[in-house]
Amino acid sequence: MPTATTDPTAGTRSAGAGTSSSRGDDQVRPTLLAGWHAHRRADLAAHVAYHGAPPLPRRGDTSWAERFAGVVDASGLTGRGGAAFPSATKLGNVRSARGRPTLVVNAMEGEPASAKDKVLLSCVPHLVLDGAELAACALDAGLIVVCVPDAHDDTAAAVQRAVVERVGTGHAPVPVEVVRPPGRYVGGEESALVSWLNGGPGAPTWRPDKRRPLAIGRGAALVHNAETLAHMALVARHGPASFRATGSPEAPGTSLVTVSGGVEHPGVYEIAMGTALGAIVNRARPTDDVKAVLTGGFGGSWVPAAALGTAYTPRAMAEVGGVVGAGVLVVLTRGTCGIAETARVARYMAGESAGQCGPCVFGLPSVADDLELLAFGTADPSLLARLEMRVAAVEGRGACRHPDGVARMVRSALAVFATDAAAHAARGPCAFAGTASVLPSITFLSPNRARAGSGGRA
Amino acid sequence: MSAVVKVNPIACEAYGYCAELLPELVTLDEWGYPIVDGRPMPRHLVELALRAAKDCPRRAFLVEESAESPSRRGGRPRTR
Repeated sequence: MPTATTDPTAGTRSAGAGTSSSRGDDQVRPTLLAGWHAHRRADLAAHVAYHGAPPLPRRGDTSWAERFAGVVDASGLTGRGGAAFPSATKLGNVRSARGRPTLVVNAMEGEPASAKDKVLLSCVPHLVLDGAELAACALDAGLIVVCVPDAHDDTAAAVQRAVVERVGTGHAPVPVEVVRPPGRYVGGEESALVSWLNGGPGAPTWRPDKRRPLAIGRGAALVHNAETLAHMALVARHGPASFRATGSPEAPGTSLVTVSGGVEHPGVYEIAMGTALGAIVNRARPTDDVKAVLTGGFGGSWVPAAALGTAYTPRAMAEVGGVVGAGVLVVLTRGTCGIAETARVARYMAGESAGQCGPCVFGLPSVADDLELLAFGTADPSLLARLEMRVAAVEGRGACRHPDGVARMVRSALAVFATDAAAHAARGPCAFAGTASVLPSITFLSPNRARAGSGGRA
Repeated sequence: MSAVVKVNPIACEAYGYCAELLPELVTLDEWGYPIVDGRPMPRHLVELALRAAKDCPRRAFLVEESAESPSRRGGRPRTR
């Protein structure tokens, strides 16, 4: 599992200047974790010493919001929570809505293989708060709400400390509240989050028209991922050109990637967008030859080792069947069984359904049943065909994208591990099916198996 | 203007009346939940679809106006 859950800095040790990656340029850049690497301190004084004060609007500056939106637009920043939606467009949508908006900082990170929100809020909380305040000022929001899962006490305490530090310093133009919604997989889905903030159950809602902005009380809700806001804080200070100096034209800037699975140094790495997938994986030191990588998390997609040369951008990854999403990579090394790991992920995801939509409630356990039979049992002759049919039957049939993610993940497994799937179907479980899992969720669910999980020579 | 059917997946509890009334537009998955394709429906089915919407015990079956023309049914890409 990502070491960041216990020590938020463990996996970031080799990040820092490495964000310049393949460009071979050692110049220090204004990146998310640069301040942390310079001072190893998360307090306001260290933050301001490194980054300077955030360029908040002067009183009476009526054109500031317009200029800020323009700068964000020119930077090409996209949402880092999974959807890669242009951040400036999102600002515009809410700015045109009625009522006084609320800015929601989404640090829910329900994905078990992700730890970047924890790292950001523990190591550079002031960068996230800067971004939240800038976005809040641009929207004339009356409140900033930082959402940290109920189980993540250390992270919440770190943000709370930062919030208190800012009071009375001129760094707190908008009131900030830290709240603790239930931290399940779909808890961070924006309609689920907004439902909870409105006093509801915190489950996704059905929104046939996604263009209609979400609302908290009578005002609009702007939900931004914590990393996106931290980038905004840097873009506002240093301008769009500085942001675009890293990454690729199509996907500018840096990104936080959580690498786990069969690696010696699981953790959160800040990489330049467009870095080769294999180069990112190698920074975490795989324990053996890489067989496949689960990209985009448990609702993401497996890619084979042959795709390790692919540039890590949403478009290039999509071309090889991969997903950037919220920046999650789970490495599967030689000597493990892709079918068994897929069955474990599917079972976990079935258990994480919000329990609202029939096709998800009944479909995901059926998919998991089939996969477990294929992975560990004796497959009946119709199993593979039935599994494919069930995967198709859950896709696009829920109020949220949870079943779609599972469908995508299982389909990719059946393609990437096609030979293994056929062998399992014909001859039963392979020699590695019983090997302990390398998945973060499995270590999360049964901590006593955590140490046996790396499967290699570690 | 034409009409499309939609299912609110949270409200739906697999009563299946819609599939009985409108087999042309609705099939059921193995768990009994309706599958609709979301494409504009032929005009002669609109009345039945509205009845199915009215009869749904969960009010989960919805008929909505669509800006698309109802010309693409039966797998043929363009009829006109």
